[in-house]
Amino acid sequence: MRLVILDEYNLASEWAAKYIRNKIIQFQPSADKYFTLGLPTGSTPFGCYQKLIEYYKNGDISFKYVKTFNMDEYVGLPRAHPESYHSYMWNNFFKHIDIDPANAHILDGNADDLDAECQAFEKKIAEAGGIELFVGGIGPDGHIAFNEPGSSLVSRTRVKTLAKDTIVANARFFGNDLSKVPTMALTVGVGTVMDAKEVMILITGAHKAFALYKAIEEGVNHMWTVSAFQQHPRTIFVCDEDATLELRVKTVKYFKGLMHVHNKLVDPVLSIKDQ
Amino acid sequence: MPSNKSVSDAPICQFVNCRILRDHKLQREDLWVREGQILDPEKLFFDEKGFADKQVDCEGLIIAPGFIDVQINGGFGVDFSQPSSDVASGVRLVGHRILEHGVTSFCPTLVTSPPSVYHQVLPQITVQNGGQHGAGVLGVHVEGPFISAQKKGAHPEQYLRTFSSPGLSDLLQTYGTLERVRVVTLAPELEHSTGVVRELSQRGVTVSLGHSAANLSQAEDAVQSGASFITHLFNAMLPFHHRDPGIVGLLTSDRVPPERTVFYGMISDGIHTNPAALRIAHRAHPKGIVLVTDAIMAMGLPPGRHTLGQQVLEIQGLHAYVAGTKTLSGSIATMDMCVRHFRHASDLVLLDDDLNVKATYICGEEVWRKKT
Repeated sequence: MRLVILDEYNLASEWAAKYIRNKIIQFQPSADKYFTLGLPTGSTPFGCYQKLIEYYKNGDISFKYVKTFNMDEYVGLPRAHPESYHSYMWNNFFKHIDIDPANAHILDGNADDLDAECQAFEKKIAEAGGIELFVGGIGPDGHIAFNEPGSSLVSRTRVKTLAKDTIVANARFFGNDLSKVPTMALTVGVGTVMDAKEVMILITGAHKAFALYKAIEEGVNHMWTVSAFQQHPRTIFVCDEDATLELRVKTVKYFKGLMHVHNKLVDPVLSIKDQ
Repeated sequence: MPSNKSVSDAPICQFVNCRILRDHKLQREDLWVREGQILDPEKLFFDEKGFADKQVDCEGLIIAPGFIDVQINGGFGVDFSQPSSDVASGVRLVGHRILEHGVTSFCPTLVTSPPSVYHQVLPQITVQNGGQHGAGVLGVHVEGPFISAQKKGAHPEQYLRTFSSPGLSDLLQTYGTLERVRVVTLAPELEHSTGVVRELSQRGVTVSLGHSAANLSQAEDAVQSGASFITHLFNAMLPFHHRDPGIVGLLTSDRVPPERTVFYGMISDGIHTNPAALRIAHRAHPKGIVLVTDAIMAMGLPPGRHTLGQQVLEIQGLHAYVAGTKTLSGSIATMDMCVRHFRHASDLVLLDDDLNVKATYICGEEVWRKKT
C-alpha cells in the first residue's frame, strides 16, 4: 500500500483531489471510454469534493466522460430527505459539475425489491467495464462502506443491518435522535471494492486513528473490513497526522520518508486546458 | 448539455449565481425552470436524468417570486374605475409598466362606483397569463360598494349599497357579472352579509373585510363563513381597542378555523401605516401579511390634481389626498418601494441587496430588465 500522510485535513483533501484529477486526465476519457469512479459520502470526503468542484469551475477538469458509482445508501429514507446519500451527492458534488445524470449511479434504498436493486448495481458496474478508481472512507469500527464488522471479505452489493457504532456515529446527522437513524442500508461489498483497479481510502481525524491502526498494522480480519485491502495490488491510504496517532512511529516515519515519491503522483497536476 | 427530453421537450433554463429566499434565509442556490414551472433539481437529475439547456447568470442578485398586487386601482394615468370604451388597453398599459416594479400578476381594482360603471368596465377585463406584454391579470378586485358609510374613506357615499337579501342577487345586479371577479371587499356588519360571504366563498371568490366598522365578533363570523382576507389592515376600519380589537383582532383570533389562514393586505408605503404598527401586525401574524400598493391612477404621474373613480384627488409628494381634505385616498408608492419599506419590514424578480428590481421574469422568460 501507499500511506500518504499530510499535516491536516485540508491538505489531505487537496492531495486526494489532485490524485483523482490526474488519474482522470491521464486516462483521457471519451465517449468510447468512460472513466469509472467509485465514490463515498460523509464528512471525510467533503473537502475533496470541494476541491474537485473548484478544479471543474476553473476549467481544469471535466466530468463529462466520467461514470460514478456510490458505495451505499440508506434503506427506507426518502430520497429527498436532507440526510439521504442522494441529497449529499447532489448538494455536495453533482449539482456543481458537468456530469451527465445518466452516468451518476447511486443505490436506491426505496426500491421495491432491494436484492434485485443490489444485483442490478453489480451488473451496471460490470457493464461499465469495472471501476478504475474506488474512493472510500473508513468507519470508526474499521468498516468500508457499510460492510460492518463481521462482513465477508468477499461480499458483494447487498442489504446490511447497521452496527450500533455506526448508528451512534450517524446520530449527529439526525438531530442526535437515535430512533431517527436508519437501521439498514444497501452497500457495495468488500469484494465489489476489491475488484476495482485501484482503491483510495481517505482517513482523517483522531477518532479514526484506531481503525487505521487495525486496518494496516494488524492482520486481515473481517472485524475490521478495511484490512481486506492489504491484499489489493493498488491501495492508497490518504490521511492527516491525527489519523496516524495509533500507528507505530516506525510506520509513520517510513511512509513520511516516501512523500517525495508519493508527491510525484500529484505534481505536476494536469489540466484539460493543456490538451 | 441539452436535457435528454425524457419527460418533456421543453427547454430547461437554469438561473445560476443567484441568491434564493429559502427557509427564511437568503441562500446561494441555482433555480431550474421549464415551461414556467420551477423544477426540483434533484428530481430532474435522479428521475429524469435531465439538465439545463440554457443558463442565465444572475450575477449574485437575489431571485424572488414575482410580486403579486391584489389591490391596485390604476396607475400611469389609467384609472380602472373610469368607464371607458377601451378598458383593455388601460389594463394592458398598467400591466406592462408594473413589470418594472417586479409585479408579475395583479388584480385590477375598482372602487365604489354606480352599477353602470361596473356593467361597462368588468366585461372588458379578461383574466389572462402574463408574458412579454405585461403582468398577468388574475381577476378583478371589487372594493365596494357594499361597505360601511362610516368607514368609506375616499369612496363616494352616494354609491354605497346594502344587501337586501342573503344571496348573490344584489351583487349580480350591481356588478352585472361575477365571472371575472376574484376578490370582493365588503363590510361584514351589513345585514345579510353572512349569506353573501358564504355564497361568494363557495364560488371561489375571495371575500375580504374592509371599509367596515365591524367588531371582532362580526369579523370572526365572516371568517367562519369563508372570508379570508382583510383589506388594507388598520385603514378604513375601527382602530384596535384592547376590549374590542375589531377586524384587527382577526390576526390573533382563536375563532379562525385551524386549517385556514386569515391574510391581510398592508400598504407599506410609509404613509398609510406607521412602521411600528406594521411591525406589530407582522409579529402578531407573520404568515398572513400581504403587501399591496392600493396604487391609484397617479402612481407614476407628476404631482397635481387627478380623478379616481367619481372623485378628484390631489398629489403632494408621496401622499395622495381627497382634494381639499387630509383623507388619504390610496397610495402612489410602487410595489418594489413597498417591499423595500417593509424590509426595515417561471414569475421571478432579480433584486440587489437594497431590493431594487433589476429584472423581471414571467414563466422563466425575461420580460423587463433595468437599463444600466
